[in-house]
Amino acid sequence: MPQKALLKVSNIDVFHGTFQALWDVSLIVKRGEIVALIGANASGKSTLLNAISGLVHPAKGSIEFEGRNISALDPFQIVTFGISQIPEGRRIFPNMSVLDNLIIGSYNRKARSKREQNLKMVYELFPILKERKNQLAKTLSGGEQQMLALGRGLMSAPKLLLLDEMSLGLAPIVLNDLYKALREIRERGITILLVEQNVRRSLKEADRAYIMEVGRVVLSGDVAKLREEEEVKKAYFGV
Amino acid sequence: MEVLAGLSTPIVFGILLGGLYTLIALGLSLVFGVMKVINVAHGDLVIFGSYLAYAAMTMLGIDPILSLVMGIPILFAIGFGIQKFLLNRAFTISLDAVLLVCFGISIIFQNFCQIIWTPFSRGLRPPYGLESFSVGVVNIPLVYLLDFVAALVVMLFLREFLRRTYLGKAINAASQDTKAAHLMGINTGRVYAFAFAIAMAFAAIAGVFLGLTYPFTPTSGVSFLIIAFGVVIVGGLGSILGTLIGGMVFGLAQTLGGYFLGAVAQMLVAYILVFVILAVRPQGIFGR
Repeated sequence: MPQKALLKVSNIDVFHGTFQALWDVSLIVKRGEIVALIGANASGKSTLLNAISGLVHPAKGSIEFEGRNISALDPFQIVTFGISQIPEGRRIFPNMSVLDNLIIGSYNRKARSKREQNLKMVYELFPILKERKNQLAKTLSGGEQQMLALGRGLMSAPKLLLLDEMSLGLAPIVLNDLYKALREIRERGITILLVEQNVRRSLKEADRAYIMEVGRVVLSGDVAKLREEEEVKKAYFGV
Repeated sequence: MEVLAGLSTPIVFGILLGGLYTLIALGLSLVFGVMKVINVAHGDLVIFGSYLAYAAMTMLGIDPILSLVMGIPILFAIGFGIQKFLLNRAFTISLDAVLLVCFGISIIFQNFCQIIWTPFSRGLRPPYGLESFSVGVVNIPLVYLLDFVAALVVMLFLREFLRRTYLGKAINAASQDTKAAHLMGINTGRVYAFAFAIAMAFAAIAGVFLGLTYPFTPTSGVSFLIIAFGVVIVGGLGSILGTLIGGMVFGLAQTLGGYFLGAVAQMLVAYILVFVILAVRPQGIFGR
């Protein structure tokens, strides 16, 4: 199933001011995969997603999407190419209606023409959003807000979805729904790169994983193998 | 009965005058709501709008309200340019830098108006400028009614624009969460430029109606900036309806203050009200 690289990050360094957040990080995501990015707090996972989205630019190295170097582009250009990030903490627009949040997701020119079609897909994935489309987004529950964030990200007609800490602060039952939706999203041909602190869960859902520690990728491979790895057990399961 | 008849004039005048204040404050409120910047040049740009209409009237004989056909695009373009080439760059430094640039723009426009149109007081006096009509015991100047109608039209336009268009929704989104707006594919620099341009188009409109209502000089902008600021504080930022209520409360405080305490106390009452609101409800009557 997985073919050639959709996203190829090669040897990037990223700085926040004088602080170096990423050191020589490389990563590949192939079309159709679910790839997990795992690591403790402040290990650089979100910085990597932000570099891919164009919110920060690498000082060294390159980021290629479908063979095109995007490392110097602005976020609004990158969204148009088909990369959509669902940020940590959901970041929905609290004082806009659910429907307006979804519509703003289709802001980029390429997505506007597919708006109705994508809206239908989002409502199929999350029927609750259709029920609540006229409510202000801030009145939704935490799980519903995460669904809205996911739906809003899908409205931009992405080829690659970057998911930052989707499970943060959500109940396991809600998470089951969200992961079920993720599998459906993947079946619709959308590739997923997800950042998680919930190691067990993400290893279960993903095909491959990268493990980060203080700004570096320390381990990567198929999840089946990684689960066996002593290092993972030691570092994350406390065995 | 006598007292009521006496009171009806300041009440009607206050409400209608509130329309003018709303008109001036809408642009200030929009810029603050979206970019969190107090555009201290707003009053001067409003006055610049008054002078544009003055020039169109004296040099070309065009009615001030009709001259907006030119005035709106001119100020829209100036606003777009200011945001794109000056403020967006200043944003990358700090909010203080933005404030300083706004101060600079204020001084430039004041002096520009002074050089071109001299420091003498001017006014927009079309044939209908002194007309009035009577409703019961109240004699209402036509321009006061026009002020109010213009405010309603601009408010309605802004509301529908923010609700119905992609650009309007993007302005709304960028004002709530800049990072998320970026991730939605919104070019925030461009959206800011449009927001500022729209605020300046409102300044052009406000300038014309201000000029129809009051005489103005190149430095009048400052006092109207302060009034607009008071209106926004009373009404609450980010609320269009709040701005109208704020404008009317401000207008009423002024006319009723003048009625009961004399002309000298007019603005005093209005500003005391701002003080009280700041102390009791700092987010404004309609603020979130």
